[in-house]
Formats: sequence, structure tokens, C-alpha cells
Amino acid sequence: MILWQMLRFAAGGLAANKVRSALTMLGVLIGVASVILLLAVGNGSSVAVKESITSLGTNALTVSSGSAYGGARSASSVKKLTIADAKALAGDADSGAIKSVAPVVTTSGTALYGNVSYSPGSIVGTYPAYFETANQKVAHGEYFTDDDVLGSRKVAVLGATTAKQLFDTEDPVGKKITVGGTPFTVVGVLQAKGGSGFTDPDDVLIAPLPTVQNAFTGFGPVNQILVQASSADSTDAAQAEITRVLLGTHAIADPTKADFRITNQASLLTARESTTKTFTVLLGAVAAISLLVGGIGITNIMLVTVTERTREIGIRKALGAPRAVILGQFLTESTLLSVVGAGLGVLAGIAGSHFSIVGIKPVVIPESVLGAFGIAVAIGLFFGSYPANRAASLRPIDALRHE
Amino acid sequence: MRHVIDKRVPADPPPVIRIRHLTKAYGHGDATVHALRGPADPATGAPLGVSLDIEQGDYVAVMGSSGSGKSTLMNILGCLDVPTAGRYLLDGIDVGHLDERQLSLVRNRKIGFIFQSFNLVPRTTALAQVELPLAYAGVRAAERRRRAEAALALVGLAERAGHRPNELSGGQQQRVAVARALVTAPAMLLADEPTGNLDSRSTEDVLAIIDRLNATGRTVVLITHEDEVARHAKRVLRLVDGQIVSDVRQAPVDGPPPLLHRAEAGVPA
Repeated sequence: MILWQMLRFAAGGLAANKVRSALTMLGVLIGVASVILLLAVGNGSSVAVKESITSLGTNALTVSSGSAYGGARSASSVKKLTIADAKALAGDADSGAIKSVAPVVTTSGTALYGNVSYSPGSIVGTYPAYFETANQKVAHGEYFTDDDVLGSRKVAVLGATTAKQLFDTEDPVGKKITVGGTPFTVVGVLQAKGGSGFTDPDDVLIAPLPTVQNAFTGFGPVNQILVQASSADSTDAAQAEITRVLLGTHAIADPTKADFRITNQASLLTARESTTKTFTVLLGAVAAISLLVGGIGITNIMLVTVTERTREIGIRKALGAPRAVILGQFLTESTLLSVVGAGLGVLAGIAGSHFSIVGIKPVVIPESVLGAFGIAVAIGLFFGSYPANRAASLRPIDALRHE
Repeated sequence: MRHVIDKRVPADPPPVIRIRHLTKAYGHGDATVHALRGPADPATGAPLGVSLDIEQGDYVAVMGSSGSGKSTLMNILGCLDVPTAGRYLLDGIDVGHLDERQLSLVRNRKIGFIFQSFNLVPRTTALAQVELPLAYAGVRAAERRRRAEAALALVGLAERAGHRPNELSGGQQQRVAVARALVTAPAMLLADEPTGNLDSRSTEDVLAIIDRLNATGRTVVLITHEDEVARHAKRVLRLVDGQIVSDVRQAPVDGPPPLLHRAEAGVPA
């Protein structure tokens, strides 16, 4: 009953100065909303990174040449990766860890269809195993086959972006395009993956490895060897296997001097995740500061209120209001400010997270909503306690004489 | 009701107010100012302090020019301020030994204040004003409302219960303050120049209400510098420079206040 009375007094006190109360609440509102929203943005970008990495292909290991331990080694001693390496890996039949191997060469060039000209982000020459390993699915048409590779046929599978640029609404399958003077027949179009990073994974043209080597790169080393582990659990075994085989083919005795690098999606994932975690923490810190500023706003306003209402406090004390009731009244006022402000902030934060912000779709973390609300209310109590305590410990005679 | 019970008991009840050697000083050392000093000790010249008894049912006017210490006395009597030295027994309780929580209880239960500047809580309806001391006393809502309405009816403001201070005239505001002071049925009413800010018509209204309250047995201590107001009291004290210089009884303690009937008959005249 006395609690209800206090709530009524507090609401009355706040209503007496509506603009001031509203502005103070706005401070808390912005604090809470920014905590929720910025953490949602951080979380959203981390979710996006995770999705794009999964779309690159799970269980995939990429072998590329170069030192795994920095650039101390001179370039001349680095043996490039070759098709022989890939064959050695593929031929290692006694190991169950490796499922398939696809050597990859990448180059660039301009594709022509009729009078439309377009340069895809990359032109990839590889084996059919690449499609499964890199999680590239054909949406329309077909993959090229092992026969196409053996026969060096001039066929190509287009990424969604490349197909759109060259053919617009036309059906590309069966059409002939010219790349760097070599005619290719389009056999398939890949499903769009949608990119979130700097490169568009759909902006590709994929053709059989010998065809690309013949037309563009020559029969030298390959850029990468894409290896698919038999399962997500066997990526470590596969990595060890690759190391063992390639150290053999490159005749290197000391594993620390390996001239190739193996990256797997899991390590990529953790690296990216730690980046986005830093990003989220940074955003959270900025938001926390604004919440703190909102809290200081409450203290400020409550101090002004106490000063303004000193006489009223004196009257209440003369009527026999105990210290605890005065303390309670002003604490209730500041807490009410923060609770209403935080409540509106939660609404604003959740509403705001429905819009995408700088290309990132925010994903609200439920804990951040509860946390921000709780912290805001605690801030109201904490920052309100100083002015409330000041009001409660006023001597009645001093308070009454206050003009 | 109180004076009926009093008559059944032959022994004198304890005085509502008993102060002994009360002094109040502000400042330190040479700059000390004694707002309340009482007579000086003939040997040392040190202030001996004010001593005073006020009986139950009495109606005392404290007079004096500004700076005479009458407001200081009133603040001490009302437990709003603490004396520098001396004892103060309110209704037999030594107030000097109470902590802050107990003091607020005393202010709530024993004392009803009426101030010169009304001192109503802003933005609060008359009914809520009067309910306020009852709320602090922990009285339940329905009971609170019933008693507050009765108190407002007693001061003739029953139909103004929903009005806020800025919607009431000065006289009406002071009557709300009177209702608020008497709603807890305190041992005494302390009125600090209650008519100082009122016109003569409102002054008569408010004094008539206070007269009637005293006639029903309520102890009243009233501070004023107007002889006109002091004539309503049964006993008049004069303060000069922090000491009581005269103490005149105008009517017996257990009788009606001297101007009760004149005040009520005076309106048509």
C-alpha cells in the first residue's frame, strides 16, 4: 500500500515536469536502444560471416604454395604446386581422410557473347570434384564431366553474376561465348550464393583445367589444390595426410620448412569470428558509454529536482514523513525514469533492428535486451541514490526555510 | 472528547509542553547569537534559558517583534529544530532523546502544523493534502479518505476536496492546512502566524476554526505579532530578545476561548 503511494507520488513528481522527464528518459532510451542495436549489428555481421564461410564449402581444405611460417625462405627454393602433387594426393588411396582432390588455376579475361562483353571476377580451371568441394551447385544445366577434362573440351559453367551480365534474361545453356579468343559452350549456370564480403563468389567462369591451361595459363604450376576431407571430423587427419604426401613430393625433410600452406574453413571461421567478436565488443563499449551518459543525466535531473523541491521535502518532513519514505519517493522517481526510458529503449532497439544497417542485417541477442534493460534500471537506482539520499537527509527546518 | 475524560480524573494531567532552561544559539565564539536565552544568571551573566509549561487544552499566543525568538521557539516546539541546551518534554516524552525516525513519528502523531505561508504540497488536491499525514502514519486508504473528508468538512471545504492549491484562495489554502494539521488528532496545534498572509475576512474564518478546535479540547500554540489575533487566546506570552517578559492569562484553561462566541456572532454584525 505504501509502495503504491510512493509510486503515485513519484509519477506525480515526474508529470510535474513533463519535458524534463521526457528528455531524461530519452537519454536512457538512446543508451538502451544503442546497446541492443549495436550488439545486434555486431552479431548480425558475425552471423553473416559464418553463413558465407559455410557457403564456401565445408570440409574443404585449400593447399596453396608458399611458406606456412612467414616469408623467411627465398622465392627460388619454393616449389610450386603441380598437377603431379594433386595426383599424388588423389592417388593416396590408403588414406580414408581425403575424399577428392581438385587442382585449381585461376586467371582473368574478357568474355564475349554477341556484342556483350564482360570480365568475370575470376576464370577458374579445375576438375569436376571442385563443384562439390567448393559447395558450388548448378541451378540450371549441368556440370562438366571428367570426360570433358580428359578431352580438354571447351565447355564452361557460369556463376550467377557472370551469367546475368552476359545473358541478362536469356538462357545461357547451350550458347557459345568467346573468352580470350577461345570459344566456349555454356553447359550450366551455378546457384547464386550471395556474397557478404568484398568479393562476389558468383562472379566466376569455371572450365575444365586443361582447357584453361591450354588457352590461358599454360601447363605450368597450379594456383591451389582444393581437397575435400571425407567428413568435418576428418579435416585434421586430411591436413596431416596432405602434409605428409606433399613433403614427400617436394622432398622436404623438415616439416617446419614446408613450402606450402594448408588452410581449412574451420581456421578461417575462427579467425573471422574473433574479428567480429572484437567488432561486437567495440560496439558494445560505445553503447555502454551512452548508457552511462544517460545515467548521469538521471543524476543531474534528480539533483535539480531535489533542489527545486527542497521546500516540499520540508513540508513532508514536518507532516511526519520518515526519512525512508522521502528516500523511497525520490528513488522511485529516478527508477521510474530509467524503467520507462529503458522500456522504450528496448522497443526502439528491437524496432530498429528490423532495418539493415550499413549492409548488415542486425540479429538481436536476447541476452543484450535483458542485460541493457537490467543495467539501465540498476543505473537509475544507483545514480538516483545520491540525490535521493541528499533529499532524505535534509533537516526539516533548513528545507522549510529554503526559498 | 479529551476534556470530558480530563474532568473524570481528579489529578492534573501532565502538561502537553514542558520546557526547562531551553536555549538556542547560532554561530560560535564572539559571534554567538542567542535566539532563545531566558533570564541571565545574576552571578555569571550566562543565559539560563527559557522555562515554560503549557497545559492540555490551553490556547497560548506567543507574541513578539521579529527577532524576538518566537519562531525559534515554535520550531523547537514543533521538533523541526533542536535546542542548543535544555530539556523539552512533549506529552511527557523527552524529545531530546529521540532519533530521527522517532522524531518524524512525533511530528506525525503529536503535532499539527499551520504555517504562515500555508506550505501546501504543490500540484496536490486538497483531499490528498489532508490525507498525506495519514499516509505517512500508515492509515489504510479507505479510512484515510473518510477522515480527510471529515477534516475538510470541519473547515468548511468539503466541496473543494478536488481542488489544487493554485485553484484555491489564500483563506481556503490556509483552511486546507488547518484540516491537514488536525486530521491526525495531534496533541497540539502549532500555528506560526497563521493569519499573517490573509485578509481580515479570511483571518476571522481561520481564527474561528482554531477557536472551535480549542473549544473541543485541542491544545493550541499560536505565534503572532497582532494584538487582534492574540485576543483569541486564553494566555498570552510576550517574548523580547529571546526571553519571556510577560505571561498574561485571559481566560481559564478549561473554559471556552474568550472570543469563540463573538467570532461566530461577529459575522452578521
